[in-house]
Amino acid sequence: MKWFGPRLKIQIGIALVLAMCVMAVFAPLLAPHDPYAQNLMLRLRPPVWEAKGSWTYPLGTDNFGRDLLSRLIYGSRLSIAVGLMAMLVALSFGTTLGLVAGYLGGRTEQVIMRFADGYQAIPEILLAIVVVAVFGGGVVVLVLVLGFAGWESYTRVAFNLTRSLRERPFVEAAVASGAGGRYVMWRHILPQMSPVLTVIATLQVGQLILQETALSFLGLGLPPPTATWGNILAEGRDRLLVAPWIANLAGIAIVLLVLGVNLLGNGLRETLDPRRADRR
Amino acid sequence: MRYLLRRLLLVPVPLVFVIAFVFVVLRLTGDPVAIYLGLDATPEQEAVLRAELHLDKPLPVQFGYFLIDLLQGDFGTSIQFKRPAMEIVLERLGSTLQLLSLGLLLAIGLGVLGGVACAVWKDKVPDFVISVLAVVGQSMPSFWLGILLIQLFALDLQWLPTSGQGGWEHMVLPVVTLATFLVPNFILVTRVSVLETMREQFVVTARARGSGPARALWLHILPNALNPVVSLVGLQLGRLMGGAVVTESIFAWPGVGRLMVSAIFQRDVPIVIAAVFIVAVTIVFANLLVDLAQAAIDPRIRLR
Repeated sequence: MKWFGPRLKIQIGIALVLAMCVMAVFAPLLAPHDPYAQNLMLRLRPPVWEAKGSWTYPLGTDNFGRDLLSRLIYGSRLSIAVGLMAMLVALSFGTTLGLVAGYLGGRTEQVIMRFADGYQAIPEILLAIVVVAVFGGGVVVLVLVLGFAGWESYTRVAFNLTRSLRERPFVEAAVASGAGGRYVMWRHILPQMSPVLTVIATLQVGQLILQETALSFLGLGLPPPTATWGNILAEGRDRLLVAPWIANLAGIAIVLLVLGVNLLGNGLRETLDPRRADRR
Repeated sequence: MRYLLRRLLLVPVPLVFVIAFVFVVLRLTGDPVAIYLGLDATPEQEAVLRAELHLDKPLPVQFGYFLIDLLQGDFGTSIQFKRPAMEIVLERLGSTLQLLSLGLLLAIGLGVLGGVACAVWKDKVPDFVISVLAVVGQSMPSFWLGILLIQLFALDLQWLPTSGQGGWEHMVLPVVTLATFLVPNFILVTRVSVLETMREQFVVTARARGSGPARALWLHILPNALNPVVSLVGLQLGRLMGGAVVTESIFAWPGVGRLMVSAIFQRDVPIVIAAVFIVAVTIVFANLLVDLAQAAIDPRIRLR
């Protein structure tokens, strides 16, 4: 099965992710209806492939007569945006701490790395649940909660890489020719770490999207009627007997996006890290 | 023995973090006086309660009182149930631990078997099928998986109940859902670890001296390949807890996770705090068990 290598994974991954991003960006053009327009006369219409379905509502309607296809298209916007922004929060915060700890060493290193260790004891979901309970659900709260729940892995990786890179000749040469600490970290060490960080960040986006949908599903994400995939799935759960397609179509949407991101991340890892690719 | 002592000394560190976190959150949740007394309380009543809860003192003193309360197991009275919050959380802990332990055991069993199969038949059909399933499983939201299982086994086939707690048949779907959430990571880690161990000198030596492939696998490779799998258990504890919250909510399983989520909607802060604390303590001790298990399996860790 050698043909299912990193190349194919990256290609499938990019295709899926790109399709979802196009859907998110052009949602107003692509959605056939207003995702929030209710029509109680047209409640729970089945999708087009079932006996009573029609092309007016290709994927059927939900309990308030809203077009499911339009809601799913708009839902992609929030999942992608929250996943990406939370990743950027975690990436920038975690990498900065790891870089500083690894470069300066000594007491700074002790404080930052022990903080990261202790922080790991707080499970992400608890953090998210408690913070959302206190501040209520909103895009900013979600991004910050998810971002600040997942920064330690970057800190650990950046710390270990910085410590070994610091001893390399090109860094020593930069320091010897008078470059300041911030310049060396930013221009010499950070670029060396970017392939590894890219892989971790890509794989994390997939996990973050899953966490966001899970919080929405529990009712702790963005409040209804906001069209998020987690909300649609939660609404579909209450109508499983009469309208199973609502929950299942939202589930399929989530899987396609996260699968695309994961394939892309795995493919990148195998490409950028040949030592590990050999083991796979 | 020295390892055990050193490890036990580390237990309070994460607990201190959790306690500080809980205290900060408690102060952020707004004025407890308003929650307890409601809107039509007189200023005098408020002042009395404020003094009773030590809210008129400076923050460090409040933290001191908070620590004393924690040490006495006093987490306040639940607003919904009018009973001590910790009592209610502890009543639910058993159900959660049951779900967690069964789910984790199933996940480790399936994950290790799957990972070994992948490594043994590397680049053949079983490796391909299991690896693809693992990646799809990693991309699958566990709440949708739970709902799919309900549709298939409870609604269509009517073999199993949809939710609630009762006999073994109530446990099947929640445990399978929780396990499926964890299995992919165990498969991937076992696969890489077994493949790496296969190349070690001692395996080559064992094979050269006439040990058959099966004997080499079970006696030489697997015991040495299991260490990363055990550390993965420790790393997955947080995710496991998150999975339990979701699973309990889908299947109406009366555990701590579901209690916590419903307490949030009821604004029942004492229950949330007590639940967060108990979950954190559970994770800290589970981590301790994982580390000790690892030291037991691998003498190199004990001697480090």
